Amino acid sequence: MIDVDNVSVRYIMGDFKDIGLKEYLIRKAKGQMVTKEFWALRDVSFHVEKGNLLGIIGSNGSGKSTILKVLAGIMPPTKGSITANGSIAALLELGAGFDGDLTVRENIYLRGAMLGYTREFVNEEYEHIIEFSELQEFEDVAYKKLSSGMKSKLAFSLASRVNPDILVLDEVLSVGDIGFRKKSENRMREMMSGGTTTILVSHSMGQIREMCTQVVWLEKGEMRGIGDTKQMCDTYEKYMKK
Amino acid sequence: MIRAFIHKFQKYQFVFTELVKRDFKKKYKRSILGMLWSMLAPLFTLLIMNYIFGHFFGRTQEYYTIYLFSGWLIFQYYNEATNGAMNSLMANANIFSKVKVPKYLFLFSRITSSSINFFLVLIVYFIFVIAYKLPITWRFITLFFPIICMFLLILGVGLILSALFVFFRDVQYLYGVFSTALMYFTPIFYTVDIMGANAKIFYLNPLYLYVTYFRNVVIDGTIPSLAFHVYTLLYSLLFFAIGCWMYKKYNYKFLYYV
Repeated sequence: MIDVDNVSVRYIMGDFKDIGLKEYLIRKAKGQMVTKEFWALRDVSFHVEKGNLLGIIGSNGSGKSTILKVLAGIMPPTKGSITANGSIAALLELGAGFDGDLTVRENIYLRGAMLGYTREFVNEEYEHIIEFSELQEFEDVAYKKLSSGMKSKLAFSLASRVNPDILVLDEVLSVGDIGFRKKSENRMREMMSGGTTTILVSHSMGQIREMCTQVVWLEKGEMRGIGDTKQMCDTYEKYMKK
Repeated sequence: MIRAFIHKFQKYQFVFTELVKRDFKKKYKRSILGMLWSMLAPLFTLLIMNYIFGHFFGRTQEYYTIYLFSGWLIFQYYNEATNGAMNSLMANANIFSKVKVPKYLFLFSRITSSSINFFLVLIVYFIFVIAYKLPITWRFITLFFPIICMFLLILGVGLILSALFVFFRDVQYLYGVFSTALMYFTPIFYTVDIMGANAKIFYLNPLYLYVTYFRNVVIDGTIPSLAFHVYTLLYSLLFFAIGCWMYKKYNYKFLYYV
């Protein structure tokens, strides 16, 4: 069960990260410190029941990734609150947490640890992970040498090894080949029937229509609507065609 | 609070060891001598310094090589660890902006890698101590005290620097200048009597405290006074406390700056 209650996130732009220490001190002394605020999310609220799959759609820069970061606990919201019961596994970017110089084997341990697995668990599940990701011949290859499809397979195989209570996915399933896509979609259905609540961001409307039980439409950080998958997707597609 | 901390640490112990391993693997990848370099590199510098400065200071200071090594050992550790710590948050920013994992783990693992290096060099140091036929006594156990204090100081300084560095890249250059100044302000190759009556000023430099501790125990066979212990500990704790405070204050903040 996930409950998002009036969540807003503010970014700050044009601040000292760009101008450096000297400029910062000069401007501060002159009282000319200008910071632009940017609300990536404004009063977003929704509720997802256990075992459901919520899709988030919206054009680029609409705040989809930010809401996932908040859900994953990476970023506390500037305003509002989130209640999420249980363990959360999040895949926000394919390569995140993997190290290019290390081998696939080493990366499975490193990334597995970051997902909150124990060493024993990774030891036990290692063969399954390799098998599911179809990387048997690449165990000792450096991660950076893998193709992007292979990387996404590895990332998904690792994160989906357990049945987390909440799974957060950002556009990660659209990279693999058709065979793997089917496989991963089946795995997700399996997890959902096991009670995993999933939140999925995707630009692939086909995938959203096929998988989601519910859809949220974000535009410029604001909620345009929440509801039935077919109805939301139709309105969104109509809006995008304009 | 401490129990909560220990619990948290147990939870993240696996990530932590994997991160330390990663640091090591990356550092020594494709080098034949691998970890041996951690011992060889400071050794070469030491020998060169010993050759040059030995002509000046070696006449008055007994066991000059050990004297020099004590200073170099500590400064190198401090320098390497704090610089690594400063970069650790920035270098891993792409990870913790996408994966939920406490940021301080990257800092701790980096400092731990440096500490392992330090212990390797420490082994070489003791080999030198034995080779110079200095007596090894029970007092050597007290060397843990400056090492622990130094560890606290490094954690503190690392936390301060990494927090600042995320906001201002200038910190890197400023700290480079500061490190060089600190090196000359630490009596590594010279003796404090060159400052004459002003020698007390060295007490401002925490590295001086650790270096002095080492030299007292190893070369002179004495243990510093209780007051010296208290001062060293408090000074180190002060930096540690400031570091923790800054980390707490800023650790989420920079995520919102785009």
